[in-house]
Amino acid sequence: MNHSVSELIQGIHRLARGLPPMTIMEVCGTHTACIQKHGIPSLLPDNITLVSGPGCPVCVTAEEEIAQAIFMARQQGVIFTCFGDMMRVPCQQGSLYALYEQGKEVRLVTSPMDALKIAIDNPSKQVVYFGVGFETTTPHTAALAEAVAAQSIPNLCVFNTHKTMPAAIRQLLQKNHALDGLLCPGHVASVIGWEAFSFVSQDLHLPAVVAGFEAFDILAALLRLVDMVKKQSPHCVNMYPRAVSKEGNPQALCLLHQVMEPADAAWRGLGIIQNSGVRFQQEYQFLDAGHRFTLPVFSPSKPKGCMCANILRGEKTPKACVHFGKTCTPDHPVGPCMVSSEGSCAAFYRYKEA
Amino acid sequence: MDDHITLAHGSGGVKYRELVEEIFLHAFTNDYLSPLTDSAILPGGDILAMTTDSYVVQPLFFPGGDIGSLAISGTVNDLTVSGAIPQYISVGMILEAGLETSLLRSVVNSMAQTAKEAGVYIVTGDTKVIENRGGSDGLFINTAGIGIFPAQRVRPQQIIEPGDKIILSGYIACHGMAVMAKREGFVFAPPIESDAKPLNSLVETVFSQGYPVHAMRDPTRGGVAATLCEWVTEQTDILVEEPCIPLRPDVSAACQLLGLDPLYIANEGIVVFAVPAFCADDVLATIQSHPHGTHAAIIGEALEGSGMVKLKTTLGAQRRIALPRGELLPRIC
Repeated sequence: MNHSVSELIQGIHRLARGLPPMTIMEVCGTHTACIQKHGIPSLLPDNITLVSGPGCPVCVTAEEEIAQAIFMARQQGVIFTCFGDMMRVPCQQGSLYALYEQGKEVRLVTSPMDALKIAIDNPSKQVVYFGVGFETTTPHTAALAEAVAAQSIPNLCVFNTHKTMPAAIRQLLQKNHALDGLLCPGHVASVIGWEAFSFVSQDLHLPAVVAGFEAFDILAALLRLVDMVKKQSPHCVNMYPRAVSKEGNPQALCLLHQVMEPADAAWRGLGIIQNSGVRFQQEYQFLDAGHRFTLPVFSPSKPKGCMCANILRGEKTPKACVHFGKTCTPDHPVGPCMVSSEGSCAAFYRYKEA
Repeated sequence: MDDHITLAHGSGGVKYRELVEEIFLHAFTNDYLSPLTDSAILPGGDILAMTTDSYVVQPLFFPGGDIGSLAISGTVNDLTVSGAIPQYISVGMILEAGLETSLLRSVVNSMAQTAKEAGVYIVTGDTKVIENRGGSDGLFINTAGIGIFPAQRVRPQQIIEPGDKIILSGYIACHGMAVMAKREGFVFAPPIESDAKPLNSLVETVFSQGYPVHAMRDPTRGGVAATLCEWVTEQTDILVEEPCIPLRPDVSAACQLLGLDPLYIANEGIVVFAVPAFCADDVLATIQSHPHGTHAAIIGEALEGSGMVKLKTTLGAQRRIALPRGELLPRIC
């Protein structure tokens, strides 16, 4: 691990020389943003292609769920709380940001506990917390649920759209045979443990590396992946030991299991994937927004020509989409991948090679 | 003086007079303002620079400054980067009824202090009190500023030329992150402080040496990225070296935490210069010799090109810097 960055880059070039083209997928939005920010693709040999998986929580939140969020935020007496970049995601019904600009009570929070404070400060309002994200944010929602239950807060509920990574990755890798290796999400692994990704090498015979978020981490992980591809020796390797253990974070997992249980979840672009989400355990179900609102059922629209689904599955890069950079820009996103700065299209657009 | 501002303070009567004399005149007093005539009568030069700006920042007070110091610094700096010497400022205030008088007094005193530091006169003003619409502290400031050009001053043309070096006078992103941290309740220890300050004396040291400045800008909204993107033309590119950009580690960490790119965050206390290469090192040394320019650095250069701002990353790769879009929102994770 004493390589300098340039040694790592040289090492990747040396190892990849003469190998057939290979495609490596990263499945964490922060990895995507970091890769584009540092211009890593332009430093790699031509036979290595990086594609982004479904690791941007904003991008994979189902359109019908965003429509339901907007429905709740429009109701009188409701304060709707959500994370920043979730506000901009468009759907046929508009966006939360548009409601915010119209003066509706849509509030940006940076922690679920902000929603608790808002609920306590506004007892006459129904506060909805939009639970979005993977195993990294789900324990925080569980902590909120526990606090709401313990303090008997009557006016806070959770619109839960949380998702879990392993089942989605398994399905994706089973369907996309063009992938040669996986850069595993370091943040998710810090919660659920690196062993949760061992199925990638054991069952699907692909190399997998859990990586951190510095440029050095990513390059070191890529070097290791290329090495395993070359030697045809797939393993699941933890190269982020300063944050990730084999078993994960027991406290977070304990809280998560106490409040929630596995459930099927709808992913934008991927459809419904078994056991790729969570729902509240019986004693916490009263917190579910579905129990407080009669939520209409919306059907998703797919803008003609939008390739977000293929991009989320790692089958296409943003450049392949007819909308990219033309009708679909960060100002006017057509598909979800252009919305969040973590989205592969937005990262690609913002940082495209000069 | 009452503890709170009421609609009567905007009525033009006794209470209005009280407000003007006890708060504004008390803090701002000078020979041009004191007659309280409808217009200030001012000595000036042949060519003047004039600017206006409005300040609606929330929260009103943040580490390193407040809406008052920001209003004066911002106006002074807008005049300064046009090459003028800031002289006079007008202050229009819109207050919501119910505003605490002590809060107003703090803001006004802060404006007076900043004006003194910058050597400018607040020469005329106006106050309106509106009904409380709730939800805010209800204090908004509009300013206008007038600056003069000394007879021998060569005004920057605000056009960069290939070969120009790009100099930043200090750390980037401090103001935007200080305000955002305060507004969103993020606690950093020690807190990130805004860099809001008048920059006229710093810029004057550069002009006093006679250096030719091709372009000069205070990179406020949209950050350094927006300024550089506005500078490039169809014939010029700018190449920025990422490792050369002055960025405090705490501000960098806060940006990472929120998923924000510091190049797009607002600044209120730095200037970006484009100067010919032959004098760039001397200009840099001059800036660094000023207390507001200690951390100045050459961050890149203008090249012949096609209107693109490019960043050479710490890894040696190049990526594009595009104009910022929309309001910056923190990322989920």
